[in-house]
Amino acid sequence: MQKQKMTARAKEEARWGWLFILPTMLGLIVLNFYPVFNTIYQSFCKTGDFGKGNQFVGLANYKSVLAAGETWQSLFNTIKYAIIEVPFGVVIALVLAVFLNQKLKGTTVYRTIFFLPMVCAPAAVAMVWKWLYNQQFGLFNNVFHTNIAWISDPKIAWISVGVIGVWSVIGYNMVLFISGLQEIPGDYYEAASIDGATGINQFFNITVPLLSPTTFFIVQTRLIGALTVFDLMFMVMDKTNVALEKVQSIVYLFYTYAFTNGNKGYGATIVIVLVAFIMIVTFIMQKAEKTLVYHN
Amino acid sequence: MDIQTRDRLNKVIMYVILTIMAFIMLVPFVWMILTAVKTNQEAISVAPFYIFPQSGWHWENFATVWKSYNFLILYKNTLLMIFFRVVCACLTATMAGYAFGRLHFPGKNLMFSLVLIQMMIPSQIFIIPQYLMVSKLGLLNTTAGLVFPGIVTAFGTYLLKTGYEGLPMDLEEAAGLDGCNIGQKFLKIMMPLTRSSMVSLGIFTALFAFKDLMWPMIVCTNSATTTLSAGLAKMQGQYGSDYPAMMASAVLAVIPMIVIYMVFQKQFVEGIATSGGKL
Repeated sequence: MQKQKMTARAKEEARWGWLFILPTMLGLIVLNFYPVFNTIYQSFCKTGDFGKGNQFVGLANYKSVLAAGETWQSLFNTIKYAIIEVPFGVVIALVLAVFLNQKLKGTTVYRTIFFLPMVCAPAAVAMVWKWLYNQQFGLFNNVFHTNIAWISDPKIAWISVGVIGVWSVIGYNMVLFISGLQEIPGDYYEAASIDGATGINQFFNITVPLLSPTTFFIVQTRLIGALTVFDLMFMVMDKTNVALEKVQSIVYLFYTYAFTNGNKGYGATIVIVLVAFIMIVTFIMQKAEKTLVYHN
Repeated sequence: MDIQTRDRLNKVIMYVILTIMAFIMLVPFVWMILTAVKTNQEAISVAPFYIFPQSGWHWENFATVWKSYNFLILYKNTLLMIFFRVVCACLTATMAGYAFGRLHFPGKNLMFSLVLIQMMIPSQIFIIPQYLMVSKLGLLNTTAGLVFPGIVTAFGTYLLKTGYEGLPMDLEEAAGLDGCNIGQKFLKIMMPLTRSSMVSLGIFTALFAFKDLMWPMIVCTNSATTTLSAGLAKMQGQYGSDYPAMMASAVLAVIPMIVIYMVFQKQFVEGIATSGGKL
């Protein structure tokens, strides 16, 4: 390729360009790209006692992380959580969005209510739900006259935590769906109405295919969000909870090792496993995108 | 059934479903407030079980937790963290977004691909080294430490780049003829026009910072330096069985953002819809 000589104007533009991106690029390198390599490096190290620095241990961390039952259990727990949060969060939000996109009175009030959990700190939300789930004094058991250990029975605790997740994300998904719905031209529905298509027919034949790019985007972001869930789990599941092992997510496990136990090397290794897992999921999603999303 | 009756029936069904869902969404909020104004005896009474407080509404519970858990400090810490994160994110992202969206310079595509790559990496991989850096810089238990990972934003850069690209091309050319240099064009003409993208980014950044739990828990272990979220986690660990106090604290922690949301509802909803970021 022939190297072109830059004009004075192009040179000036290049100077401004680099000046403007410099803070961001420096920040990204120091705060994000260096940490990626540093985390990989640390996963091969044992954290020295009393801050004595790192000791290179090769694949020892990987051997113990991959041999530990709790790693696989927490990965499995995370998938179970995602299996509740993502489909229910998406389907309920879609139905609500379709309703709120009709010409109904009072849609703003409903929208405000559904979106409310989105502006609340998950720490507070989880505290409230933990209280609702309280086996002895909680609202649910006392109103329904049951005696269910909502968050300490390993068989149902994962569902209970998943429900909090669904409750928390519905409004967010709904807002994204509404803005996607508003991009579908109204004439499609008019034409379908003239042809005598019912609302349900229209939903499956017009809304679902035309909304599929939005749906795919939401599913993908929510899936990654669900696979990295931490706040809800941390606040709801005490260290003493007997169901902890069967519910805790992989990020919770990471937090416990890296920051509660101070074993940074082991924690770093868990993160690498998590990232590898998410990369596989993302790759599968990208493959699926071609067949699942309707391209006009 | 004629079309009118069918439409009316559809509407009724929709209202019923929407109302049931709205009720389910509100139950935790209502229960949080009802518990917050009870005495602890009322809160843990099961036979009889009380929905409403029996000995009057104890609004003083809020004043009690406000003082005993030092909410003023938690509010201040949270507010400062949000303020600096929003300012830093908007400032760096608008500059970089402008350069990526409107200027031509060698290395631009390579640099922008780094921005895109960062957006695809799960943020958990950054945390240990970021913590070690904050610790080495002596910024543990400081506002600067809380702000640290949010000084720059790849997502915001991407968002603002899209904003700048959407502006008409001739605006800048007309300004160029008047003898403005690129910096002046950016400040006087281009930046003000991307106000809505900036608002989206500001709301997104503020919400993200407000909701974040792990980072403040790691870098601010001292309850005098930490944020509302991490403060709640600490309280639950220490006084988890005083239920009215816990619920009053939860109310105090969520109220500011709810009020802001009610006031700027349009901006919030549009901001989330247009940014579509991962919260």
